[in-house]
Order: sequence, then structure tokens, then C-alpha cells
Amino acid sequence: MVYKFLIHEPGDSVGVAVSDIQAGEKVAGTYLHDHSQSVEVVARQDIPLGHKIALAAVPDKGKVVKYGVVIGAASKAIAVGEHVHVHNLKSLRWGK
Amino acid sequence: MKTFWGYRRANGKVGARNHVAIIPLDDLSNAAAVAVSHVIQGTMALPHPYGRLQFGADLELFFRTMIGTGRNPNIAAAVVIGIEPNWTRRLAEGIAETGKPVAWFAIERSGDLATIEKASRKAKEFVHYASELRREEVDIAELVVSIKCGESDTTSGLAANPTVGRVVERLLAANATVIFGETTELTGGEDIVAGRMKTPAVREHFLKVFDNYARLIEQEGADLLGSQPTQGNIIGGLTTIEEKALGNIQKIGRAQVDGVLEPAEAVPGKGLYFMDSSSAAAEAVTLYAAGGAVVHLFPTGQGNVIGNPVIPVIKLSGNPITVSTMAEHIDVDVTGLLALTKTLDQAADDLMDMLLRTANGRRTAAEVLGHKEFVLTKLFRSA
Repeated sequence: MVYKFLIHEPGDSVGVAVSDIQAGEKVAGTYLHDHSQSVEVVARQDIPLGHKIALAAVPDKGKVVKYGVVIGAASKAIAVGEHVHVHNLKSLRWGK
Repeated sequence: MKTFWGYRRANGKVGARNHVAIIPLDDLSNAAAVAVSHVIQGTMALPHPYGRLQFGADLELFFRTMIGTGRNPNIAAAVVIGIEPNWTRRLAEGIAETGKPVAWFAIERSGDLATIEKASRKAKEFVHYASELRREEVDIAELVVSIKCGESDTTSGLAANPTVGRVVERLLAANATVIFGETTELTGGEDIVAGRMKTPAVREHFLKVFDNYARLIEQEGADLLGSQPTQGNIIGGLTTIEEKALGNIQKIGRAQVDGVLEPAEAVPGKGLYFMDSSSAAAEAVTLYAAGGAVVHLFPTGQGNVIGNPVIPVIKLSGNPITVSTMAEHIDVDVTGLLALTKTLDQAADDLMDMLLRTANGRRTAAEVLGHKEFVLTKLFRSA
């Protein structure tokens, strides 16, 4: 199978695109350290290589997890398959 | 036992390069130092903008960095040029403690032209001396390697940084020494790094260094949004400082930390050391080289092109766009980790191979392309 995104840890809210993903495309990803399982998502926007795709819905102000660790909070509700970046994810450390 | 071919210096330390350095004490002496490097082939000048009217902790850091640079085992011999004799002698004597040949010249009461002539004659002797030194085979336990990433993106956390982490684990298992730092970029991952400190005293020291930095930013009434993550990081898909930090700390793998160093402090023993340092690439690598690193591993996502005049900087990237559009800057391609065509151990094998070849004398992309970013860290404005 061709995987278009990778997930650092089970339970992460986001995967990382490892090739460009088109809006509407149904894409599969797998775990960085365990290729035996895959996850499928329909992309809601174009997601360039290196950018994050939501694997779970996150409510406004909900925590976003990557590497199994909180990397910030949603600044608006995020749906599965959405592009996750500076428009909907903010640091919990700076810029409060 | 893994070995490499290095230059054993009088103090027992081993270098991967064999430079004859022409070191200006201060900004005023850059012209004479650069002139000597043009007259005498096989020398290298290290021009920089500081060295005048610095004071307190900033002056101490200046001397620690300049002396540490001259002491680096990659330098076979050094000529120091300064505007006046006292600080020039202080720099030269600090370097000469290693036992390597050092000479110093002051410009006052000579002028640039006579200084250039005297310094050139001494530099010529040093090049003849250095050119007859030979590499010898040594255990990789003698290697001091520094690590720092730049223009990171999400591929750094997936591929290039974990590859460095695996190599760091192997180097430490072989009893080598590794320096890492980037105080600002641990924000969001500082608890994880604190948990890696080998003793409570080292942990306390680390947290004090980290908190001092956080306080400095608060005192400025600022946060680092807009600077951290950098604009390049954001283009590459990194969104928050926490995300960047978690990618960053993949570089130390599962290793534990033996000690915490001041900026440019000489690494005191074997193991893994955290050095308080900026996350700006050239400043950080300059400090690690002053601390004794002889080779640097530099993972990049979007394609930082940094080099250093004293130590070779090895670049690796897992971003296929960077590896194809900036191929001339990349020494090790780890894109196979994203395509799942390589395992982490295979990528680490590739990087370890390039590390040893570089330590043996292979020139890195940054060296061949002429990247010699020697950048001093300044703590506050001069008097």
C-alpha cells in the first residue's frame, strides 16, 4: 500500500503528509514505528508534504497531540481530514 | 572497535582537520588577518565583528569562545593578531596552553603592513609544520561530535533527527562525546529533556539554565512568536514551538545527559552534554566548536546551508523536495525513512559511515561550497 501520511504515536490527533495530498482524496497512513496497521482519512483540503492532517475531531480549545504529547490547542473546531496548521492550532506556551 | 584517522595534538586531543588559523582578536584586526591568509597559502582567517569594549559576562564569553576556537583540535597552529598587546597576549596564551604552536602580533607601534609581514613569516613556518603532521588511527571514543538542526520541518522529526538520535546512542555506547543545546527550542519538551539528566544536580542545573532563558524573554516583554517557529519552519508545516521542540529532541535518541555546560565551555569528559546556546545555527555551531567538537551533524528539513570554518558540518535531510532542489548541500539522504524503504538503523548506518569518512578527511558539502560561518554570541551591548 502507498502511504501518504505517517503517524508518530498511537493516539496522536494528527498525521504528517509524506507526499502532497489533494482535497477530497482518500488517503492511507501508517505508524512510524509499526507498519502493520493503517489508518484511512478523506482529506478536506489540499495538504502539502510535511503538513498535518487531522485524524480525530478536536473541539475549539481542545488539545492537539503529536509524538504522544500536547503540541498546542485548537483555535477553532477541527474536523477529521482537515489541514492542521497556524490557522487552527496555537501554542499553549507563547502568544496567549 | 570502530576507528577513524585523526590528528593527535600535543594535549592528547584528536582533530579531524589540520588548519593553520589566523585569528583576529578584534574587529580592527580583521583586515590584517585576512591579508595574511591571502599571502600565505594553506592558512585560514577567522574574521568577526567584536572584541572591543565588551565587559562582564559578555567579555568572559568572548574570550571563552575565541580561546576555545583556537584550542580546537582541528587547528594545528594559530597566529593571533590584535590592535593592542594585552588582550592579544591573553588570547594567544589561552590557546598555547594546549601545546600547539601559537604566535601573536599587535598592530599598535607597527601598523598593518609591518604586522602583516611579521605574521605572514610566522604563518609560513606554521604551514610547513602542519603540512608534515600525519593522521593516525584512533578509537571513535576519541571523537567529540556536536548536533544541532536547522530550517527544520516535520520531516526533521520523522527522519533526519531520529537518525541523528540513533547515531548519538551508538557514539555514546562507544564512549565518544556528544554536545547538544538550543535552549530556546526545547520549549514544550523541556520536561522530557530534564527527565534525561543523569543526576538530580545536573537536572537542577539544566532547569536553572532553561528558566534563565525564559525569564530573559519575559523581561523583554516579548515572546518568540514570529521567530519560533521560524518562517521557514512554518512553510515546512511546523506550527507551534512545542511541536518543533519535540522534533528537535529526537536528536538525542534515548540517551541520558551527563552534564550542562555554559556557552563555549570546554567539554569536561566523555558522554552527552547540554550546552546553553542559541538556536541560530551559526552561533550554536561556533559555540560547540569552541567547546571542543571536531565534527558537527546537522539535520535539516527545508535546507539550511550553514558551515563552519573550524569543524566540518555534515548535512542530512529526509525532505525529498530539499534533497532534490538543494542536492549540493546534502551529504546524507534519509528520504527513505519517509518512503518506508529504509529502517532507522539503515539510515543510522549511512550517517555513521559519512561521519567516519568526514572525520577521516572527506570534505563536506558545506566545506566544498565555502561555508565558513563563524558567528560569536553576544550577551549585551558593549560599553
